[in-house]
Amino acid sequence: MSNNSKTERSRRYLNPYLGGVLLGLVLLAANFISGRGLGASGAVKSVVATSIEAVNKNSVNTMPFMEEYAQAHGTSPMKSWLVFQMLGVLVGGFLSGAVAGRLKLKVEHSPKITSRRRLIFALLGGIFFGFGSQLGRGCTSGAALSGMGVLSLGGFITMMAIFGTAYALAYFFRKNWI
Amino acid sequence: MGPLAPNGIISENTNFLLAFFIGIAFGWVLESSGFSSSRKLAGIFYGYDTVVLKVFFTGAITVMLGLLFMSLFGWIDLDLVYVNPTYVTSAIVGGMIMGAGFIMGGFCPGTSFCGAAIGKIDGMVFIVGLFIGIYGFAFTYPWWEKLYMAKYLGEPKISKVLGMSDGLFALLLILVALGMFAVAEWAERKFPREEY
Repeated sequence: MSNNSKTERSRRYLNPYLGGVLLGLVLLAANFISGRGLGASGAVKSVVATSIEAVNKNSVNTMPFMEEYAQAHGTSPMKSWLVFQMLGVLVGGFLSGAVAGRLKLKVEHSPKITSRRRLIFALLGGIFFGFGSQLGRGCTSGAALSGMGVLSLGGFITMMAIFGTAYALAYFFRKNWI
Repeated sequence: MGPLAPNGIISENTNFLLAFFIGIAFGWVLESSGFSSSRKLAGIFYGYDTVVLKVFFTGAITVMLGLLFMSLFGWIDLDLVYVNPTYVTSAIVGGMIMGAGFIMGGFCPGTSFCGAAIGKIDGMVFIVGLFIGIYGFAFTYPWWEKLYMAKYLGEPKISKVLGMSDGLFALLLILVALGMFAVAEWAERKFPREEY
């Protein structure tokens, strides 16, 4: 049984160390080609900036945080490196899931909790992560992983703050996961 | 030679096109490593699945060594590569808020897109949350501006701050990672694990 499930597992997911080396090579390619790291939250921010601008042409200028961002991105915040990269992530994730037979519309949750509870916590988690990523100037990809790759002090600090806090709070949220 | 775009070797539009392909590779690696599953990701905080630690640190070490060697061979000018600025206060507070989001939501932004790409509804809802959080920050920015700008140190390298060469720091980080990998393998044997 355990032998069977082990072969099954190795067929389903990449060996994590191999996955890590491949992830590092992708990030290395980003640095070599574009002189920058990977990211995720920045693409969401581009969409947010665009939508705010679309609703009220002047409101971006009245919001200092978005104004600074709009200036840095010229004509349209959607024409940004991270937006193109995140579109690629959706395609790449979909292709990998399709090849491995993992495409399925579902709410993934521990059998001990309901879908509803899982979704409420997913929404809350997203809100916290979105907010924190703006304050911290990037998320796990852009600040922590890419920052560490170029030896940025800030990248290491952000990484330790993210994982340290998640460990510190793990006890309180254990029912959701174990 | 490198980095290609900042050196003007490829055009801005080519750079965007390549960003799309880099994204495909990024999404593929994340998904095939199991990062589309929140239960697999959250395992790192309870010891039942440590794929996050292994992939994350192996990735960080790979790119760190890759950049050091490419720089040594003269293939890339590291002065033209973006180094994340260090604002100590916002890095800590922002990181703590993200950590709380991680343990609640089981995703980070990149992985939630991977989950959503293969049909995880919890991943899609997490993305909705990301939008709310980012709108929230943008609209309340004046309240956080001081915190956001506090303790700016420029773009220091951690190796410089610790007073060692980049190479020595990379070596130490590899040793630390190997130690963590050993603990991770032990934890996965100790705590029950199933596949999601």
